[in-house]
Amino acid sequence: MKILVCISKTPDTTAKIAFTQNNTKFATDGVQWIINPYDEWYALVRAIELKEKDPSTVLHLVTVGAADAEPIIRKALALGGDEAIRVNADSHDSFYIASQIAAIAKEGGYDLIFTGKETIDYNGSSIGGMVAELLDLPYISLAVKFDLDGTTATVVREIEGGEETDSVSLPVVVSCQKGVAEQRIPNMKGIMGARTKPLKVVEPVAVEALTSVVSFELPPAKAGVKLVPADNPEELIRLLHEEAKAF
Amino acid sequence: MSVLIFIDHSEGHVKKASLEALSYGAAVAQQLGTTAEGILLGTVTEDLAALGKYGVKKIYQLAQESLNNLDAQVYARVLAEAVTTTGATVVIFSNNLSGKAVAARVAARLKAGLVAGAVALPDTSSGFVVKKNVFSGKAFAHISLTSPIKIVALNPNSYPAKAGEGQAEVAALNIQAEAPRVKVVSATKSSGQVPLTEAEIVVSGGRGLKGPENWGMVEELAKLLGAATACSRPVADAHWRPHNEHVGQTGIAIAPNLYIAIGISGAIQHLAGVNRSKIIAVINKDPEAPFFKAADYGIVGDAFEVVPKLIQAVKKLKGIA
Repeated sequence: MKILVCISKTPDTTAKIAFTQNNTKFATDGVQWIINPYDEWYALVRAIELKEKDPSTVLHLVTVGAADAEPIIRKALALGGDEAIRVNADSHDSFYIASQIAAIAKEGGYDLIFTGKETIDYNGSSIGGMVAELLDLPYISLAVKFDLDGTTATVVREIEGGEETDSVSLPVVVSCQKGVAEQRIPNMKGIMGARTKPLKVVEPVAVEALTSVVSFELPPAKAGVKLVPADNPEELIRLLHEEAKAF
Repeated sequence: MSVLIFIDHSEGHVKKASLEALSYGAAVAQQLGTTAEGILLGTVTEDLAALGKYGVKKIYQLAQESLNNLDAQVYARVLAEAVTTTGATVVIFSNNLSGKAVAARVAARLKAGLVAGAVALPDTSSGFVVKKNVFSGKAFAHISLTSPIKIVALNPNSYPAKAGEGQAEVAALNIQAEAPRVKVVSATKSSGQVPLTEAEIVVSGGRGLKGPENWGMVEELAKLLGAATACSRPVADAHWRPHNEHVGQTGIAIAPNLYIAIGISGAIQHLAGVNRSKIIAVINKDPEAPFFKAADYGIVGDAFEVVPKLIQAVKKLKGIA
């Protein structure tokens, strides 16, 4: 069994979002970088659990990013995994990134490819589907439960207004969210061990990005809250109905 | 050169998010001086020609019952082929759960640029630039699509479905759909409930409600308002409520007309998932709760005293009591 987990570097969930260079670049000053929470808490941890159950499993991590992504990938290795691959490229177009991951996946011949459900910076939810299409594999999105029996995966996933249980033969691409696993904290042994795990740097395959960011924009600030006295909650309903016309 | 809009359906009905996508696609077509066409895979009970009132001239249908269950891989193949045969250069999806999966596959298959999470019509004055939600609702990005075929997945509740006049021509699609490789074992849908991403009003509860046994009043208020119920992350983590109700940065991002937050302090991660709501009303006993800074209306008070009075007021307004 060979598993590939896709890891992305994102700003911390509490990072201040601001832009520089005439609103064309994200302001990285003072920003803490983390492993995208969906990739770490769910995709990676579930893969580690599968390896713990079957120690013959080979678990690789992949990230597409410049050298500054290495602390993130080392942190991921501290949680688990045998080796990491960094595709040495800096691009935020989902097709470009998916093409890089697909190239790695094709070469490695993985049975299972895990992604997080989306990154918390670009919120595209696109990588898993694109990788699957580029590899002509089935893609199960938004998994909340993942079980493996031999080469058959049983996946419970979120659908509009409910849940669906799917059965699929490997290989498959799965995007993971809450429910698939529980967040883990790396221990000292893991952190020490991660330092010596192989981190391969490969050059990107030639692909043209199909989109680019023109500029960023912050939402307009709220005008300020209108407070209604606690002894007269009926007034809130009146305001929402008559003034805000919210219903 | 046309605009092709993917029409998603469930249990025989076209989804509201797809009606928004139809109106959006029709407006894009008008901007580009071309026609808008819809495409539906599977069967629905309603009259497809009537969807012409949302501005589409023609609707392609592949009326196979086996397609009523959306398989992203099967759908993507059919849709990509349909894009090629109809000569569409812009393809519109709703960025709902199914639209996301299918749009990404179609984009990769056609090497088409994709903007997932669009919140406004494209700027076509020079090129094709779409505003999308980034940083989990904390900012927007304007994305330029440079590929010959452009795909836009529209966030639900971002563009209104506008019904006018008109009938669409319904044309059978002659494409062979393959058999799905994913086998659906079972599916459970909470019928009758408003899906969270489509809801116009959302009533949400946090830790301030003290325990799952106190959700009755949240549900009652939601029911009276025709609203969906939601919760904050600690509530989902404590299993007071199912995790698919969790809104916020690591949960579901929503953009209803009205978001009522009860007993939620408004941590930055929670705000990231809800700050695209048009109106936010906050009920919290702590006047220092950060949520008040992001709110339009607020009551500083005890939820257990305030909410029952809100319920009475809504009943009175609706003539129920």
